[in-house]
Amino acid sequence: MDIHEYQAKEILANFGVEVPPGALAYSPEQAAYRSREIGGDQWVVKAQIHAGGRGKAGGVKVCQNDSEIQSICEGLFGRKLVTHQTGPEGKGIYRVYVESVVPIEREIYIGFVLDRSSQRIMIVTSAEGGMEIEDISAERPESIVRAIVEPAVGLQDFQCREIAFKLGIEPSLTQRMVRTLQGCYGAFQEYDATMVEINPLVVTGDNRVLALDAKMTFDDNALFRHPQISELRDKSQEDPRESKAADRGLNYVGLDGNIGCIVNGAGLAMATMDTIKLAGGEPANFLDIGGGATPERVAKAFRLVMSDLSVQAVLVNIFAGINRCDWVAEGIVQALREVQVDVPVIVRLAGTNVEEGQKILARSGLPIIRANNLMEAAERAIGAWKSDLSNQQIGEN
Amino acid sequence: MSIFIDRTTPVIVQGITGKMARFHTAEMMAYGTNVVGGVVPGKGGEMVEGVPVFNTVEEAVNTTRAEASLVFVPPPFAADSIMEAADAGIQYCVCITDGIPAQDMIRVKRYMYRYPKDRRMVLTGPNCAGTISPGKALLGIMPGHIYLQGNVGIIARSGTLGYEAAAQLKEHDLGISTSVGIGGDPINGSSFKDILERFEADDDTHVICLIGEIGGPQEAEAAVYIRDHVTKPVIAYVAGLTAPKGRTMGHAGAIISAFGESASEKVEILSSVGVTVAPNPAVIGDTIAKVLAQSAQ
Repeated sequence: MDIHEYQAKEILANFGVEVPPGALAYSPEQAAYRSREIGGDQWVVKAQIHAGGRGKAGGVKVCQNDSEIQSICEGLFGRKLVTHQTGPEGKGIYRVYVESVVPIEREIYIGFVLDRSSQRIMIVTSAEGGMEIEDISAERPESIVRAIVEPAVGLQDFQCREIAFKLGIEPSLTQRMVRTLQGCYGAFQEYDATMVEINPLVVTGDNRVLALDAKMTFDDNALFRHPQISELRDKSQEDPRESKAADRGLNYVGLDGNIGCIVNGAGLAMATMDTIKLAGGEPANFLDIGGGATPERVAKAFRLVMSDLSVQAVLVNIFAGINRCDWVAEGIVQALREVQVDVPVIVRLAGTNVEEGQKILARSGLPIIRANNLMEAAERAIGAWKSDLSNQQIGEN
Repeated sequence: MSIFIDRTTPVIVQGITGKMARFHTAEMMAYGTNVVGGVVPGKGGEMVEGVPVFNTVEEAVNTTRAEASLVFVPPPFAADSIMEAADAGIQYCVCITDGIPAQDMIRVKRYMYRYPKDRRMVLTGPNCAGTISPGKALLGIMPGHIYLQGNVGIIARSGTLGYEAAAQLKEHDLGISTSVGIGGDPINGSSFKDILERFEADDDTHVICLIGEIGGPQEAEAAVYIRDHVTKPVIAYVAGLTAPKGRTMGHAGAIISAFGESASEKVEILSSVGVTVAPNPAVIGDTIAKVLAQSAQ
């Protein structure tokens, strides 16, 4: 789960990371008022969305007075900000963060991630702050300084000092760097984060070390023990189809194609999407309905997939292991009688009692297109979609 | 021979009194697995499917001489249960549980390393379908009847894709020595490389099928290991060619977050070390049959 910059800063500040003075606003008027509260003579207004690349996309602006803040905010609130990370549909701006501008001497990158190779928490830092880490690794890989945390004892101060010296931080600021790194680690560990990123961390003209931007991502599997983090979820930043699916306990990722997929198992669901692509189509979604393909789950899945208006055919791919195909087939038939599905439906069943399952589909009288293997299913789905499309065009003419 | 389990391996089920665990315990017993007991704290003394339940793994091991364990414990308590098994002297543990926090798994792995190698437990999973040596024993939730006994070793991150491979092999009348699910989580007990090492040393395994997916470094690490240490033919399939970057595709570990983690990059890396890659999931069985026919010549 992702959270906003202002929320990440609040959490990190509680762990001893220094941040510039700032405040949140839900309207242009409130933003202007916030700037007066904060004081100073220059502010930065930052659109709060769950994506990076805000600056280049026009979501971060420096302002000199409160009327400027108000007019900038009027152009931000309610708008969809499109950055290189949001996709073409963008993300809605409903909150802005107003912050004091600070005098920057140098910019540093620090990130904490779950490193899957060492299976530990890894710290990644670079003296080239302000750039994205992907660009730093591509253009200035020699500037990256890494450290791995031993889980039995946690991050040690000497590791933080090593990082500070390798990054060429002024020796008088070493302790501040230690405090910042330990703060990030503390928050990471305490709240089961999977990523903490401060980019840039800045050294100011008056010798402070401040987090200018902050990003945190949390382990969905650990949210059960952090209700205060779950509360930070902002549904306005999620794909509405995905929020709906998550609320119904289905594992769904919306994509741009038009062949809807209903599959049991995450690996098989990915493989089904791939096969659709290989057969010349584009998948509309990833959807794993889990092992027990009950009639209720299949019906829920059909409703969800059909709520995406770009879906023009639905491919159901179920490998019945512990379940039997005849039982899964009954579920599909029942679901199709309950849910209005006006596009071609292609079903591929495999596993236990497959012949029995095929008979049930055939006897149902429903216009279900059957397939014997995954490639055939994908080809028939694309074929059915194309002929359905041309029939519609003939009908319209 | 097969790897990890055989007909006589004594098995306990942790969390055996749960509905799913009961069901799969009965299925495993029907398959022929030597289930000797279960563990649920506070339920010691009860009987499930005709085997005794113990309060602790230590007690279960002392009484039954159990060597392997299947963990069916809910996510908040699963990591603790795995460590309990490691401490009690269990040699092989399969964890089915999906949804264990990643930092819990970091602690589990660190904990397992406190034991010297000769008594260090091997863990596969979590978030996997289990391990089966067809005709011998089943330690997991897979449908036993789709697996024929034979000489193909399967290692899969995804449960259902492992089934898919087994079912396709059955159509070719080809069987399996052992099929191991390593699970879909970002931090897991054993990697492809760990299992490849076992299959390379197993006389009953003639060819190895590796089923990978997007996310993580394990397929690339496997490729290096295959290049340097594996003499048997390896066939692979990698799921997720159409998966977008930065999105979690069902499995917590199926997310492209770094260079080399996409399906196309993994296919390229595996191909470059001589692995035969099945171009689509419908031809995993055909690809293995072809490679076996070639190597028989």
